[in-house]
Amino acid sequence: MQLKANKKKTKRERETMTNKKTETLIDKKGIRLDGRKVDELRPVKMEVGVLPNADGSAYLEQGRNKILVGVYGPKEAHPRHIARQDRAVIQCRYHMAPFSVDERKSPAPSRRDVELSKVIREALEPAVFLEYYPRTSIQVYIEILQADGGTRCAGINTAALALADAGIPMRDLVVACAAGKVDGKLVVDLMDTEDKVGEADVPVAFMPNLNAITLLQMDGKLSPEEFETAINMALDGCKQLYAVQKEALKSKYVSVEEDKEE
Amino acid sequence: MTSSIVVNVKKKRITELLASGKRTDGRGLTDYREIQIESGVIERAEGSARVRLGKTEVLVGVKIATGSPFEDVPDKGVLTVNAELVPLASPSFEPGPPGEDAVELARVVDRGIRESKAIDLETLCVEPGKLVFVVFVDIYILNHDGNLIDASTMAALAALINTKMFKYTVEEGKIVKKPGYTPLPMTDYPISVTFAKIGNKLILDTWLDEEQVMDARLTMTMTKDGNICAIQKGGGSGYFTKEEIVEATKIATEKTAELRKIVVKS
Repeated sequence: MQLKANKKKTKRERETMTNKKTETLIDKKGIRLDGRKVDELRPVKMEVGVLPNADGSAYLEQGRNKILVGVYGPKEAHPRHIARQDRAVIQCRYHMAPFSVDERKSPAPSRRDVELSKVIREALEPAVFLEYYPRTSIQVYIEILQADGGTRCAGINTAALALADAGIPMRDLVVACAAGKVDGKLVVDLMDTEDKVGEADVPVAFMPNLNAITLLQMDGKLSPEEFETAINMALDGCKQLYAVQKEALKSKYVSVEEDKEE
Repeated sequence: MTSSIVVNVKKKRITELLASGKRTDGRGLTDYREIQIESGVIERAEGSARVRLGKTEVLVGVKIATGSPFEDVPDKGVLTVNAELVPLASPSFEPGPPGEDAVELARVVDRGIRESKAIDLETLCVEPGKLVFVVFVDIYILNHDGNLIDASTMAALAALINTKMFKYTVEEGKIVKKPGYTPLPMTDYPISVTFAKIGNKLILDTWLDEEQVMDARLTMTMTKDGNICAIQKGGGSGYFTKEEIVEATKIATEKTAELRKIVVKS
């Protein structure tokens, strides 16, 4: 795992960050602040098996998001009263590093962190064969090392890889992507400024093989028609990221295979 | 762990009934239980309302205080929503700081009010960057029999409509009270509907038995113009298909309009 410095912000991006009141987030040609088209994802990089101590782990960069996930278990549930007789429980912690955002964030969990930990857990649960491991706990620790908008979706993408890397049987990978409305236009994969200034944000998590939506939230304002289009855009994004996820999983075993041949 | 056995038996019964379009309490799939709303039940609060949704009972009190605005919105008043799952409301609630269910409940209600811009927060600014009014919406669950989100959204809205602010003038940067009251400036009336998926059926306004066996939950909050302003999927290890979500949007459009009439009229 290599923590690389990202390329510099574009000129328009810098101006928007400093002026706060921006004229447009999308220019006349339909190009966004970071040079993307409305239906274009940010560059993404995923890697599995990055932490020696964890049973499963993954690292992801998406735009300037840098996210690390470690998975432990299935292991004895602790405290014991959380254990379920008929299945495993997932304990999930979404946590932002104090240095991950412009103004230092207190390391104590905020109400937002509590909610996100819950919805991410509920996005992952449908994918895992929890009934195979009764009375145990699977711990998923999501650390946002650097935040750039859409961290819950990026966190889910990373966590699903880490679960798979831990060898935990799953029905499918869970893949997540957001769509939203910026400057009156529907866009996919919102970055930080678009998320903050934009009119709506719809994060979606999806299991492509089961046609199952496992996370859906929205804030902002959309008509029912816009909402349907936004979901479709988010699902298209999910399908693209799903291919990247599968590639990341495969490449770990390809490299193991190469080592063996040497 | 007898409870998981009981839940499995209940689930079988509820799912079988639903397959023939029936519910254990005789309601239709999208019927709400009887809704009773009383406003102004707590005189010391600037606004209050008690909502009964069947046996679910929620009390919301609104308090208004002065404070400083957030740095990124110096010219707007502040809205704070908090929820308490009071231990007297259910054997499953325990004393202590809000757990993740209480935090989620408060944040879903908050999102509906905030994103619909129900309260005109700009008029609650006294001196930009320095002094604004803070609206505290405190949700108190008094009896838990399912669908806390919708009951809380209705109670919060009824309490906000009921809220009275004292009249004031500003002298040397300080607020001086004047006689008389004005209502809180409201520009929208957000209403939520919460679907539960059991088997392959979508039902509205679950009571506790149904809530315990549901596969997944989906809340949609809509503005008075029929726009969606908040969505939250939650509850259990199930999922929704895109078709189910589109179907839910259609039902929500009709149902929120119906419920809004009941709450705003009260």
